[in-house]
Amino acid sequence: MKARIHVTLKNGVLDPQGKAIEHALGNMGFDGVEAARQGKYIELDLKSTDRAAAEKEVDEMCRKLLANTVIENYSIDLE
Amino acid sequence: MKSAVIVFPGSNCDRDMAVALEKITGTKPLMVWHQEYDFDKVDFIALPGGFSYGDYLRCGAMSARSHIMKEVIKRAEAGVPTFGVCNGFQILTETGLLPGALMRNANLHFVCKDVKMTVENTDSMFTSTYAAGEEITIPVAHHDGNYFADSDTLDRLEGEGQVAFKYAEDINGAQRRIAGILNGKGNVLGMMPHPERMIEPALGGSDGRKLFESVMNRLG
Repeated sequence: MKARIHVTLKNGVLDPQGKAIEHALGNMGFDGVEAARQGKYIELDLKSTDRAAAEKEVDEMCRKLLANTVIENYSIDLE
Repeated sequence: MKSAVIVFPGSNCDRDMAVALEKITGTKPLMVWHQEYDFDKVDFIALPGGFSYGDYLRCGAMSARSHIMKEVIKRAEAGVPTFGVCNGFQILTETGLLPGALMRNANLHFVCKDVKMTVENTDSMFTSTYAAGEEITIPVAHHDGNYFADSDTLDRLEGEGQVAFKYAEDINGAQRRIAGILNGKGNVLGMMPHPERMIEPALGGSDGRKLFESVMNRLG
């Protein structure tokens, strides 16, 4: 089973890298960008075939290492 | 005073810290590799600056989950004075021993210069030999020193004297110009600036020396 994890900064947390991307796109002439936020994408290959167990385990991985919940949110897709 | 410096792959201020500790305390610190599970009893634990694990995932994230940190957390929670500088501060927030997080500098620049900061709390074991409100000069060298915590946490830190140092001027976007914070019990200090690099005039100043002397005074 594959787990696809997105880690993003919480709303209200300043994202200077996102801002820099937004400005760079603007400078390149892409004037349709209202805002950019940068995050992380992590892909895991799991041994588990039990979806519920995998979901629980990946959630724990996110809380304990993959995301810093002081500043970040995460979402998990299993397939 | 017996001390230990925890060394991670990618630490690069471990020797500066060791030299400062030896010069000031008169005792060579124990250098403890991150893969150890245990180390001799010490009076003081230092987490040095650097780029442990190449700052992979987040600064300090990997180190905070290393074998040795389980022991450091246990001792810090039991009251052993624990001091993190720069990457060491990032590691302390990642373990949860200190609240908040250190994010990429707001202007995205690596800041490497001497900065002025004020001593906000002179009651702590790390700051008692400074004068209240004293302005000191200590070097910084970091890319991720932008201290973030939610406003309730910031209010609590300020209200309960847990802010040890503030930058005199904004250098990295840190909330309320916070440069260093203490835990609730006051035995854990994390700070971005490097006092171990300012311990004698030959290094450009000795404003960092009092921090180590404060701890020595307290420990007797």
